[in-house]
Amino acid sequence: MADMIPVKERMKREQIPMREQSPNKRIANFKEVPLGYTREDAIKEAQRCLQCKNPKCMTGCPAEINIPLFIKYIVEEDFESAYLTILKTDALPAVTGRVCPQEEQCQKECVLKSTGKPIAIGRLERFVADWARKNHIHGKTDSVAKKDLKVAVVGSGPAGLSCAADLAKMGYHVTLFEALHKPGGVLVYGIPEFRLPKTIVEYEVNEIKKIGVQVITDYVVGATGSVEDLKKEFDAIFLANGAGAPRFMNIQGENMNDVYSANEFLTRSNLMKAYLFPEYDTPIKIGRKAATIGAGNVAMDSARTALRLGAEKSYIIYRRSRKEVPARAEEVHHAEEEGVVFNFLTLPVRVLGNKEGKVTGMECIKMELGEPDESGRRRPIPIEGSNFTLEVDMVIDAIGTMANPIIAKSAQGVEVNKWGYFKIDEKTRMTTCEGIFAGGDIVRGAATVISAVGDGKVAARSIATYLSSGKSLKKK
Amino acid sequence: MYQIIKKETLYQDIYAMWIKAPEIARTVQPGQFIILMTREEGERIPLTVADYDREKGLIYIVFQIVGKTTDELSSFKEGDYLYSFIGPLGKKSEIDYFGTVVLVGGGTGIACIHPIARNLKKAGNKVITIIGARTKKLIIMEKELRQVSDELIITTDDGSYGRKGFVTDALKEKLDHDNNIKKVWTIGPPIMMKVTTSLTKAYSVDTIVSLNTIMVDGTGMCGSCRVSIGGETKFVCTDGPEFDGQLVDWDGFMNRIGRYKKEEKESWNHHKNQEEC
Ligand SMILES: Cc1cc2nc3c(=O)[nH]c(=O)nc-3n(C[C@H](O)[C@H](O)[C@H](O)COP(=O)(O)OP(=O)(O)OC[C@H]3O[C@@H](n4cnc5c(N)ncnc54)[C@H](O)[C@@H]3O)c2cc1C
Ligand code: FES
Repeated sequence: MADMIPVKERMKREQIPMREQSPNKRIANFKEVPLGYTREDAIKEAQRCLQCKNPKCMTGCPAEINIPLFIKYIVEEDFESAYLTILKTDALPAVTGRVCPQEEQCQKECVLKSTGKPIAIGRLERFVADWARKNHIHGKTDSVAKKDLKVAVVGSGPAGLSCAADLAKMGYHVTLFEALHKPGGVLVYGIPEFRLPKTIVEYEVNEIKKIGVQVITDYVVGATGSVEDLKKEFDAIFLANGAGAPRFMNIQGENMNDVYSANEFLTRSNLMKAYLFPEYDTPIKIGRKAATIGAGNVAMDSARTALRLGAEKSYIIYRRSRKEVPARAEEVHHAEEEGVVFNFLTLPVRVLGNKEGKVTGMECIKMELGEPDESGRRRPIPIEGSNFTLEVDMVIDAIGTMANPIIAKSAQGVEVNKWGYFKIDEKTRMTTCEGIFAGGDIVRGAATVISAVGDGKVAARSIATYLSSGKSLKKK
Repeated sequence: MYQIIKKETLYQDIYAMWIKAPEIARTVQPGQFIILMTREEGERIPLTVADYDREKGLIYIVFQIVGKTTDELSSFKEGDYLYSFIGPLGKKSEIDYFGTVVLVGGGTGIACIHPIARNLKKAGNKVITIIGARTKKLIIMEKELRQVSDELIITTDDGSYGRKGFVTDALKEKLDHDNNIKKVWTIGPPIMMKVTTSLTKAYSVDTIVSLNTIMVDGTGMCGSCRVSIGGETKFVCTDGPEFDGQLVDWDGFMNRIGRYKKEEKESWNHHKNQEEC
């Protein structure tokens, strides 16, 4: 059928938009903002694909999805085959279809990008994954003959999950250790429900369990057991514990009651479901006026969560200008639609409060842009005497994360760089200790879901190579 | 899932439980804590490990009903399961030979000093233990503590048992008469720890406190537990829970542990209403 529409005609057609909840409605709920493609939308969008002989899009996908093939199946209305095609290499399709920055990945490479209308690959992926879930289509669970080798994966974020899934498919016995009471990493504790519903994460994690991955929650590696303990029991180890430590501004007043790290704020709301308090027991305090410091995706998530939890005003405070905002354009757009107020070129210098620890305001200073710094962006410089007080009663620090040292401390021979991230061999993802591999945010610093998924896949292959050569941590 | 093997009522609203958690019991050390959840919808609360049995794989916790979660926990029976039980978290107590040490406990903190006292005794220290409560019936673990202490002093506010007065009165007397005291541990209600440290400061005796801040993950991920120690921000869950009491910003600490007072009340009321329905 795809062949029936001439290429010229396909190139002329516009991208099919995705429907969304209207801003005034959605700020009063935690339901997903984009509503997804209908069957007709998906087929129409898929029909635009040129089915390139030498598909560039695939070079932009660390999950190694055969993109043209799954799109072809959509055109043929064979959604089941489309799903199985994606699932072959990507164990988290409904997740990546939602949270990947496709504009920086596959869609950036799409040949139609030059026309300004790349194929909406992410939306199609999401449609297929959602369709399969609703129609109870599952991947194969009868994996190849079981091998007598055991791999431990530490951390159940996207890096750990993808590595575990690939290894299980190859027939290894995989045990996934997770510190929290629920698997998923940032997918469950960081990214809000309105961008990634938790039932979907749970579903895809369960599908991974079905292919044989054993998930052990409540197990803090470095506390409950050490990496040295794991070495005695497992033939290889993959460390994917995420970055996992909050960064603070280190300004006066920052330990006051109503100052949260984005990690705490989002974990309370997402993992612990404080937005359903008191049905769920974990509380969260929301001020009338919330200031979120930072302008990355995490900051957008925090500012938008604050609105949904009842803040009347939600500010973003960013020391550079709009041009330098690191968040995805789509997230900034959504935040602005919902009424988040952006204060650019503004640096907090002090949190103000009363004796009881209640925040009453935040002193800030205005900035101007100077010469470019080492990151290539123009360096923000404070304008002397421009201090002013922003009237807020809660502050969320969303200025990034650092490496949590808990695992590194318990692992002998696994070296870290000066920021505490694991040193790895770029090609194999092996750490400085043979048999121990690492990937995701604990190697890259805060990065993306898809780069974590990619790391997990590369590591899984390297682990298989390591084990097939007859080596094992237990033999060392 | 983690089974409650044994449950004891120590007094009215103070309970103790032995929980089956072999992985934790294998490596836990005095001074460390666990985080538990009663149900999937529950909150994560930290409790100091009051004892452990490595062979049987058991962890001993002691708690007083102070809010919804502890109230609910108290309704669990032997054989029931907890949804989540994570640990051992935090740093262990610095057990060493110091000479003469004093352990001061109040409330459920009395239970927490027990494994510390036992290990300090094992390390050859002369252990003086001072425990206090409002009234006689609230004095818990007297027998156990007597076994591991060279001297046990009990105080009650109303004089119904032991000496009348506060633990700090007894401690002051000791400090006045014994200048061999090398180190003090104090675990209990924040105000007791604060007062104890300001007392020992006057005598220049090192004093360790165990802080019970509000936590979420307990692994250094969120910063909910942070507190200012000597002007520096520290995470109680990974840098503590034990700190040099003389460096603690007590006002900031007390503010932060009261962060959710209003919500805690609301949650408890909600819970009680549901029970009645
Ligand atoms: C709020 C927020 C929004 C984001 N939005 C996006 C987005 O839209 N798109 C995108 O691509 N990226 C986004 N990111 C980034 C992305 O989520 C991360 O890059 C990605 O999750 C990293 O994956 P990971 O597997 O390395 O680690 P994580 O997802 O951090 O998972 C690590 C897991 O390891 C566990 N762990 C840690 N220590 C231990 C231990 N000692 N023992 C056992 N387990 C341990 C943790 O509990 C966690 O479950 C966002 C991040 C945040 C915080
Ligand atoms: S409880 Fe989250 S960092 Fe300590």
